[in-house]
Amino acid sequence: MPRTLFDKVWDAHVVERLDDGTCVLYIDRHLVHEVTSPQAFEGLRMAGRRVRRPDATIAVTDHNVPTSDRRAGIAEPESRLQVETLERNVAEFGVPYFPLLDARQGIVHIVGPEQGISLPGMTIVCGDSHTSTHGALGALAFGIGTSEVEHVLATQTLLQRPAKNMLVRVDGALAPGVTAKDIVLAIIGRIGTAGGTGHVIEYAGSAIRELDMAGRLTVCNMSIEAGARAGMIAPDEVTFDYVRGRPYAPAGEAFERAVGYWRTLATDEGAAYDRTVVMDAAEISPMVSWGTSPEAVAPIDGVVPDPATVADEAKRADMVRMLEYMALTPGQALSDIPIDVVFIGSCTNARIEDLRAAASVVRGRHVAPGVRAMVVPGSGVVKHAAEAEGLDRVLIDAGFEWREPGCSMCLGMNPDKLAAGQRCASTSNRNFEGRQGPGGRTHLLSPAMAAAAAVTGRLTDVRRLV
Amino acid sequence: MRAFTVLTSIAAPLPMANVDTDKIIPARFLKTIRRTGLGAHLFDTLRFDQSGAERPGFVLNQPQYRNAEILIAHENFGCGSSREHAPWALLDFGIRCVIAPDFADIFHANCFKNGVLPIALPRAVCDRLMEDARLGANARLTVDLQRQVVVRPNGEEVAFEIAPLPRKMLLEGLDEIGQTMQRGPAIDAYEARARQEHSWMPAIALG
Ligand code: SF4
Repeated sequence: MPRTLFDKVWDAHVVERLDDGTCVLYIDRHLVHEVTSPQAFEGLRMAGRRVRRPDATIAVTDHNVPTSDRRAGIAEPESRLQVETLERNVAEFGVPYFPLLDARQGIVHIVGPEQGISLPGMTIVCGDSHTSTHGALGALAFGIGTSEVEHVLATQTLLQRPAKNMLVRVDGALAPGVTAKDIVLAIIGRIGTAGGTGHVIEYAGSAIRELDMAGRLTVCNMSIEAGARAGMIAPDEVTFDYVRGRPYAPAGEAFERAVGYWRTLATDEGAAYDRTVVMDAAEISPMVSWGTSPEAVAPIDGVVPDPATVADEAKRADMVRMLEYMALTPGQALSDIPIDVVFIGSCTNARIEDLRAAASVVRGRHVAPGVRAMVVPGSGVVKHAAEAEGLDRVLIDAGFEWREPGCSMCLGMNPDKLAAGQRCASTSNRNFEGRQGPGGRTHLLSPAMAAAAAVTGRLTDVRRLV
Repeated sequence: MRAFTVLTSIAAPLPMANVDTDKIIPARFLKTIRRTGLGAHLFDTLRFDQSGAERPGFVLNQPQYRNAEILIAHENFGCGSSREHAPWALLDFGIRCVIAPDFADIFHANCFKNGVLPIALPRAVCDRLMEDARLGANARLTVDLQRQVVVRPNGEEVAFEIAPLPRKMLLEGLDEIGQTMQRGPAIDAYEARARQEHSWMPAIALG
């Protein structure tokens, strides 16, 4: 029977199929960070269990860490405790770890692909929902809770029921100024935040094939925002070129053997999907979110929608609440919305390609008066690469802050937070109420659009600046 | 894990869709290294204003619902992050069962690991149960996992679906890791096979 990419990776990892269809699924890579692991290690300790495969596990700190100079350590006591707890745990259980001052440190979902730790055809998990990112390599990668983190640490497996297959095909070519971020925001706007629930989304079509690995990682990253368990893209030459030569990737003859296997993973002709969505890339514009759900998006040349036009009572009430929180008026042009803060970073958009896109917009321009603009590279490796290219100078000269790697203002867990009422143009992935700090207001957009907002001081169609 | 068999309780109606994990427990409360104590911050921004005072309008601040062990909500409950702090916060507050039309996948899985039962029922049924919940403190719902029914205050029974394995785990309060560890030989065999078939796959060794 013809199989999908997801079916193939799944089948290759089934240890045992239980009576009710639940599978014991083998996990090839387990990424661990400081926030969702302390209780898992504590559980192991209490039960006298060890980590079954330290050599398939990697730990890093990202969520809690300050993005200012860190040589003096972490000031905030609770954050420090969480980081120190991770350091104690990795030492006790023998888990490989990239320390805070190591150049390889960064956001877990940036680090995995960058180091070649995440590879095509693997099963990859992490106690973090944006683990879907790694699916861009053609891996089955999904987020898990802390009990499952403990389960994987102890057994290197998970009990899982197979997800359904969903195909999102984006055909055609993107217009200039439109990026991977706009594709995925448009997809979520179309299918909704529960549109992928119970499914693994495979992204295909010429617009996806044309994306570089950074763009593919951005698209898969936000699969969870569409409710999907994971997002995947079949590995191809773009993938192999990306993986080749990475520090933890196979090398030489082993790499060639791996590529031979990875080539077999693409979905078979005639394989069935439970659901298919087709989109036309040419119709996608630069997108921004206007509400507090990632499905609340619109093209930048559009307006804030009017709840009065929504028939469903619950949906209307939802929209009213969102507009109230966001302090927006129906009918207001999106490009009229002034912003206070610009955040370029997060596991969605903090790779070198994202920083290049931002720098190319701000080159020769300056951040608008009164706007705080920050760039937070996704890892030490990205930061150094950007500095080697001189991107840091372009951004700093334009008035941006140039910070140390971490999750930063993507979530309000470290010192980078919005104040109540502040409005932020953000390249992150969630615009939930209070996500970037209590009372903060988030507009999701691409790095180029964020850079455009920084220089004009309002949400801006980047196509007018280039 | 504490077993879940039958629960009779007041239910709190929360007629809101897309209750995301940041609403259930905001990120700033995730800096704990324990599972307990999060109940104080459950639904923090909905429950408290910026000065920390209770918002009287919020359902769990109303006297008749403070001890609710069942929560009823609208679509896509628990969407967002993988934080198990969400069911930990619910459980720590005292909520052991959430009824909604549907749930986000990871939240749904996390509930089962902690003895919290998520029940998916059609929107119209959820709305009817919310009406029941508003009848006051005597209007209790009974959730019977063995029989897979919710019993309304008028005695009417509503059947619900649940996968066999999670049901068994909850009913018996089983330790899933202990169960899986008994499959050690099968995992060993898989690893031996994978070492042959996927010999390209490197181990992570820090240099
Ligand atoms: S950058 Fe944001 S979404 Fe990504 S792992 Fe960090 S907190 Fe989560």
